[in-house]
Amino acid sequence: MKFPPYTTPLERLWHYVFRIICGAVFFFLIFPIVVIIPLSFNSVPFFTFTDAMLSFDPAGYSLRWYQDFFTSLNWQRAVENSAVIALFSTLLATALGTLAALGLSRRHVPLRTTLMALLISPMIVPLIISACGMFFFYSRVNLQGTFIGVILAHAALGTPFVVITVTATLVGFDHSLTRAAVSLGASPARAFFKIIVPLILPGVISGALFAFITSFDEVVVILFVGTVEQRTIPWQMFSGIREQISPTILAVATLLIIVSMLLLTSVEMLRRRGEKLRGITPQ
Amino acid sequence: MESAQPGAILTTADGAPLKQSLGRALRREKTVSLLLVAPLFLFIVVTFLIPIADMLLRGVDNKIVSEQIPRAVALLAEWDGGGGELPGEAVFSAMVADLQKGAKAKTINRLGKRLNYEKSGMSSLFRKSARRVLRLKEGPYREALVKIDRRWGDIQTWQLIKTFSPPYTGGYFLTAVDMRLDPAEGIVRQQEDRRIYLNLFGRTLWLSALITLLTLLLGYPIAYLLATLPTRTSNLLIILVLLPFWTSLLVRTTSWIALLQQEGVINDVLVAVGILDNDSRLAMIHNRIGTVVAMTHILLPFMVLPLYSVMKTIPPSYMRAAVSLGAHPALAFLRIYVPNTVPGMGAGGILVFILAIGYYITPALVGGSSGTFISNFIANHISSTLNWGLAAALGMLLLAIVLALYLLYDRIVGIDNMKLG
Repeated sequence: MKFPPYTTPLERLWHYVFRIICGAVFFFLIFPIVVIIPLSFNSVPFFTFTDAMLSFDPAGYSLRWYQDFFTSLNWQRAVENSAVIALFSTLLATALGTLAALGLSRRHVPLRTTLMALLISPMIVPLIISACGMFFFYSRVNLQGTFIGVILAHAALGTPFVVITVTATLVGFDHSLTRAAVSLGASPARAFFKIIVPLILPGVISGALFAFITSFDEVVVILFVGTVEQRTIPWQMFSGIREQISPTILAVATLLIIVSMLLLTSVEMLRRRGEKLRGITPQ
Repeated sequence: MESAQPGAILTTADGAPLKQSLGRALRREKTVSLLLVAPLFLFIVVTFLIPIADMLLRGVDNKIVSEQIPRAVALLAEWDGGGGELPGEAVFSAMVADLQKGAKAKTINRLGKRLNYEKSGMSSLFRKSARRVLRLKEGPYREALVKIDRRWGDIQTWQLIKTFSPPYTGGYFLTAVDMRLDPAEGIVRQQEDRRIYLNLFGRTLWLSALITLLTLLLGYPIAYLLATLPTRTSNLLIILVLLPFWTSLLVRTTSWIALLQQEGVINDVLVAVGILDNDSRLAMIHNRIGTVVAMTHILLPFMVLPLYSVMKTIPPSYMRAAVSLGAHPALAFLRIYVPNTVPGMGAGGILVFILAIGYYITPALVGGSSGTFISNFIANHISSTLNWGLAAALGMLLLAIVLALYLLYDRIVGIDNMKLG
């Protein structure tokens, strides 16, 4: 590190102290996530590093918890349910959310702020309250404990993310682009698919990813709206931690960390691509 | 088109007045936007807003009393509860008829349970009476009921039933703030040993404030570092913030259990290094510490990201100008940089606070009994004690707090400016 000649020793010292503080905070952020990965290869049902693990004895490591995960019927059901519920609720949320964002981004929308506030409310209201309300109401209409009920609930929780990301891609959208297309002879539908869709696509996909992870990670609402029939991965993890915690949960957690890394990479790439498409240079 | 005469009405190509034409275009534009928004709006109303409204109704719903003992309730309306005299034979006979009907349908215990929330002992009174009242064939019913249970001869029992006979009640909301509706004295504070909810709200708010403060203390330095480093480096470092943000809440809670428990990683390290004795391992989980540590970690990205986006917009020249004018760098930082980051602190702080006070999963798993939040009690009333009315009332109070904070957030940041990732 090169300092300008006028820096005092104290400032140099502070510079390093500050870096160390930041390093410590980053460590606090990332360590709990990283530490789970080696622990999931433990050969004994402990939640800590055994002596064998610390001395890198191969006997200290095993894949038994992964084996347990891939052979357990309960977990396999949970994976299937998670995939089905997340997929359908994402499709529903993305379709409805994109349409609404297109509407909200037009120039003259009556009651725009009120509408926006209502549409975003599922993101603001604490999950426990949404869960209670949905539990009460869905039991009245016989949706409690059904896949449809859970999918509707998760879709409702996911739509705000789609609305926000798609609206963001439409901010500063140049309406003369579509007008130019139409004046050059394109039908409104063709102009929509050729001009608007490519521009909002990154926003739609990242909104869909947000909606997906919302459903995939969601545990409060499903505890109330779903039953054991609809158990998802988080449902199974929650009851696993509550009842008898086994390192299988660590193996699942490791796999989920990989999923979130993939999602994070996709969203970041989409965001940069979207900015490039709209002519905003990444800062 | 001919050039317009001065004073003539401007028209469009098809001859319609321009004003009318523009009006029509505007109306069409509005209709199209609303049609696009309509599907989602209806969807949210049905799947989300109606359930919330339904919950509010549950919090005041008291129809069970007038449904279970309709005749007695109707007659009690005319009885003067403050007069110090028991209701007349007609009320007793109506009550017996209602109890018999309820006992046959096996629904009367629900009523007992409802009234038990207001006064303990009511549940057993109704259960006992329902069993024996079926044998009663003829009057006088007053003596018969009092013989079944002396409490039927107590004026307070009747006052209680009269007080809670209307179809709607504020009773659950009063319980949620540790008050109760006393038939004689009106709204009074709950008995000492039943005052738990205000404490719980207080603890939820205080722990959330503590967590918010901790995220600010930890988040400020790294947001500053990210905002001042060259883009290439900061883009890499920000992944360390985004990865926890994207990682499942349960994964992060699980890892804190692995780290903090008595046989966990941190205790093991402290014992191995010799700081701790093997017998004096620290209890860092299933208590308040567990909740605060785990939630600070989980909510930290929500503080860093808004702070970072505000700090990125502050030109470095401000600080340079202050220093070149003679300010000590520390003073310049405090007087120039920090005030410029207030919007970021406000946005991040309110966001973290809103998220924290509604937290359920993490306190439930690592909070033990001293680190639980109001949400845990709401969930408990729904799944264990089945006091849904109280759960709804507590939920509505929590919602009111969150909405108030949300309006504040809207004032400071604006809903439209909410950014993700």
